[in-house]
Amino acid sequence: MIDNKKNHSNRYLKWILVLLLVNFILLLKYLLENKNIALLNPKGFVSNEQYRLILYSVGILLAIAIPALIVLYSVAWKYRESSTKANYSPDIKHGKFFVLKLWIIPSVFIFVLAFIMIPATHKLDPRKTVESDKAPMTIQVISLRWKWLFIYPEQGIATVNYVQIPIDTPIEFQLTADEAPMSSFWIPNLGGQLYAMTSHINRLNLMAEIPGDYPGSTPEITGAGFAGMRFTVRASSDQEFESWVDEVKRMPDSLAMSEYEELIKPSENNKMAFYSAYEDKLYETVIAKYISLGGHTH
Amino acid sequence: MKEMLLGKLDWHALPHEWFTIGGSIAFIAMGLMIVVILTWTKRWKWLWNEWLTSVDPKRIGIMYFIVGGFMLLRGGLDAIMIWLQQALSSGNSHGYLSADHFQQIFTAHGNIMVFFVAMAFIFGLINYIVPLQIGARDLASPFLNTLGFWLFVAGVIMVNMFFLLGGEYAATGWLAVAPLSGKEFSPGVGVDYWIWSLQVSGIGTTLGAINFIMTILKMRAPGMSLKKMPLFTWGSLCSMVMAATVFPLLTATLFLVFFDRFLGTHFFTTIGGGSPMLYTNLIWMWGHPEVYILMLPAFGIFSEVVSTFSRKPIASYMSAVLGMIGVSTLALLVWLHHFFTMGAGVNVNAFFGLMTMLIAIPTSVLVFNWTATMYKGRIKFETPMLWFLGFIAVFAIGGITGVMLAVPPADFQLHNSLFLVAHFHSTVIGGVLFGIFCGISYWFPKITGIKLNERIGKSAFWCWIIGFCLSFIPMYILGLMGASRRLDHYDSSTGWQPFYVIMLLGGLVIAAGVTLQIAQIIASFIQKKRLQDTTGDPWDGRTLEWSTLSPPPFYNFSIIPKVKTADAFWEMKKHDIEKQKFEDIHMPKNTATGIYISIFAFFAGFAFVWEIIWLAVLSIFGIIIVSIVRTFNEHTEYTLTAVEVQEIEEARHKKQIKISEKVSEFRDDYEMGVWDLIVYLYRFFLSFIRTKRWRTW
Ligand code: HEM
Ligand SMILES: [Cu+2]
Repeated sequence: MIDNKKNHSNRYLKWILVLLLVNFILLLKYLLENKNIALLNPKGFVSNEQYRLILYSVGILLAIAIPALIVLYSVAWKYRESSTKANYSPDIKHGKFFVLKLWIIPSVFIFVLAFIMIPATHKLDPRKTVESDKAPMTIQVISLRWKWLFIYPEQGIATVNYVQIPIDTPIEFQLTADEAPMSSFWIPNLGGQLYAMTSHINRLNLMAEIPGDYPGSTPEITGAGFAGMRFTVRASSDQEFESWVDEVKRMPDSLAMSEYEELIKPSENNKMAFYSAYEDKLYETVIAKYISLGGHTH
Repeated sequence: MKEMLLGKLDWHALPHEWFTIGGSIAFIAMGLMIVVILTWTKRWKWLWNEWLTSVDPKRIGIMYFIVGGFMLLRGGLDAIMIWLQQALSSGNSHGYLSADHFQQIFTAHGNIMVFFVAMAFIFGLINYIVPLQIGARDLASPFLNTLGFWLFVAGVIMVNMFFLLGGEYAATGWLAVAPLSGKEFSPGVGVDYWIWSLQVSGIGTTLGAINFIMTILKMRAPGMSLKKMPLFTWGSLCSMVMAATVFPLLTATLFLVFFDRFLGTHFFTTIGGGSPMLYTNLIWMWGHPEVYILMLPAFGIFSEVVSTFSRKPIASYMSAVLGMIGVSTLALLVWLHHFFTMGAGVNVNAFFGLMTMLIAIPTSVLVFNWTATMYKGRIKFETPMLWFLGFIAVFAIGGITGVMLAVPPADFQLHNSLFLVAHFHSTVIGGVLFGIFCGISYWFPKITGIKLNERIGKSAFWCWIIGFCLSFIPMYILGLMGASRRLDHYDSSTGWQPFYVIMLLGGLVIAAGVTLQIAQIIASFIQKKRLQDTTGDPWDGRTLEWSTLSPPPFYNFSIIPKVKTADAFWEMKKHDIEKQKFEDIHMPKNTATGIYISIFAFFAGFAFVWEIIWLAVLSIFGIIIVSIVRTFNEHTEYTLTAVEVQEIEEARHKKQIKISEKVSEFRDDYEMGVWDLIVYLYRFFLSFIRTKRWRTW
């Protein structure tokens, strides 16, 4: 009777394990095949590097975690009370090197990871211009409540909630904010985020490699309109970019100081806007504003 | 004139939206019900004398559990509301909550779960178990302990107060990031409620921590050197040392936020020389250690449980202790990993990334140590052990993703995404909450004298595991898809909605688990006779708490045990204990001072929220005067003579024998399942009404 029940639970366990394994494989398959998973389908140089780092670190960590978990659960199962095969010896002395092993095994894995992490941190310094044959381009970004203003100092145009960039050209986004709480500038397909805050310029260097439209947002909470504070990035060829710039230059609106004063008033779910010109030194004025108010730059 | 009397308070502060009205009604109804029941059963005096003014850490521990339990339901309801909104709010649909209200809910959810659930249970367990484990009769300062508890209660009331007055809580996220939490961007009283609920309860935590450090260092039984201290006590010591280190920092930071909002200073504002980045640093210098303050006692609990249920001493005691000390030391040096993305230099980022990764080493040592402890043991799979096994799987996921987040460039992509949210829920649910459940099911027989129902307990466990997977695996995937945290609305083109729906379903499965846990407790009390623990040692325990009766007498031990090894009680059971003579016992007297001070502290906080100056001044004076009066009271202890102890012990002994005789008949009874419970309650209810038993109740 009792034996019967035990066999039963044994079989039960096997099915659970099989089920788990199948699910795990299905999950992996899903993750690898689904093109909708932005971080696993990088479209730019930086996001590609970051993707590889994510893979390496998962790999190294699973290499220690999976065996460790298998050992833990098999030991737990093997030495269960109802098992007749396992022998119970509470006074067992662990070998001389037991404690040493306890500490050294995880250390090895963590140090391997650290050896990857430290150079990668230097290589992927967001302030560093991405290497490319083409000359880098600067875009100034002002985070407002609740929209993003993009200023193209080299092209002389400005946009709201939309930014177009040429592929294979290193872009430096210079992030700041005006009359807005700290926000974060993130384009999952192109690469990781950095905070945008008043009286401060944070430089985020990215480079798109594959043309397409990519969503951007602030993952840092900024108040009521935060979820609608989204923008679109269009990565296109040089020619398309040039013709887009020309098109914007012919747009009727321009961003003089008076319009800017209007723009920085809080508003939610803003549409895209395009300005053929903007107030001279707008970005510098915004930064200076906070310094004159006693803020400090770094 | 009105301004002077009532500050900013006016008619608009009264509840007028559905959620504040609903919340107010719920709270008032609950309060009224308690008042009615207490009056009906004439229990007011009993409640005041035996419980509210008690300085017995066991009673205070139980009160922590009760408050924490209610707050778990409250925070859980918030969680379901958050997920319901997110499951609905895709594309053209905007769900059923405004953005502002949604943001208040997740802020309250975070605060309540961390401060008023996890902290409550951890402090409850420390209160109940640590004195027993170290063979002490009371605490170094029982008064500080009650004061800490009542300040915590004041914080709980403050965090729920906005339902009744003000109608808004902070909408800033649980750490009220600057400058969003400044007056400029959050003009309402929500952030003020946030400040004062954390301020009042945080000061309570500091006091409690100091008390427990002193207790553990000074009041151990003879022979118990630090190297022979039970591991839960070690975990608690590490945790309390961290708390005493970082909570004062929280207090100071909160004062600065308060100054910014109340006096118009510029510590963290965007203008006037303020630095929001300074706030981010300060709050995380406290915030990261805080999560480990919760985790270390849980590590201790698992160490005890693995060793007891494997019937083996921990494989390497020194490694376990050093592991916990290592974790708590490193945890003080990693706060910057919460904002790699603020733009610090690469070397700073790399340093903090490295420090964070190093934490994984002592953590893994603990896990390997538990494995080695089970090796060649004889493992009983009862619910505490199940929680341990569940913890390992879930916490492993949390640890792996934590180390991934510690790689700065990877964190640039994962920071503030749902991946991060899934990471910390893996650690907080898998580590802290499962640890608490493990500890409660392990020590429940000690606390109540009744073992918990295993059948329902196991179903509850599986609901938690399945619910967790359903909720958080989709959350990891959403994070990888680029979904950021705290969204009250998203575009339908993202394709995220199905995942949010699955998350909501998972949340409901977890809610079923919580319901089952409540059912489990009820069923255990119904089958009390069957589950009674008459020995005081239901699991064949190893540490001193099992050497006394269940529940222990109010003085814990009639004779203070002498300790020879780390598994003191295990050793004692092997050798016959010689009978010793009873002696006089000094016990602390009950006191209501902690309650009075907390009432004043509550009103001080409340007054600052609404800028009612006279009330604030009055309350602060109240605190000072009550404290001064207390210091002049020299009769805070009384003596229980040896004869009285003997009488109590003998009476208890007789009772115990009687119970054991009665109980043996019930031992083989059938253990209730959920369905049996429902049938039982239904019948009970019917007979209750038919026989009009409520009249004589
Ligand atoms: C091996 C252990 C762990 C590592 C390496 C680790 C690492 C990290 C990192 C790097 C972050 C910041 C991510 C970001 O904001 O981008 C983080 C966030 C967090 N972790 Fe962990 N963690 C570990 C264990 C824990 C434990 C044990 C807890 C709680 C008991 C915990 C709770 C949290 C919380 C609450 C947050 C997020 C807070 C917020 O942003 O609101 N972590 N963790
Ligand atoms: Cu942290």
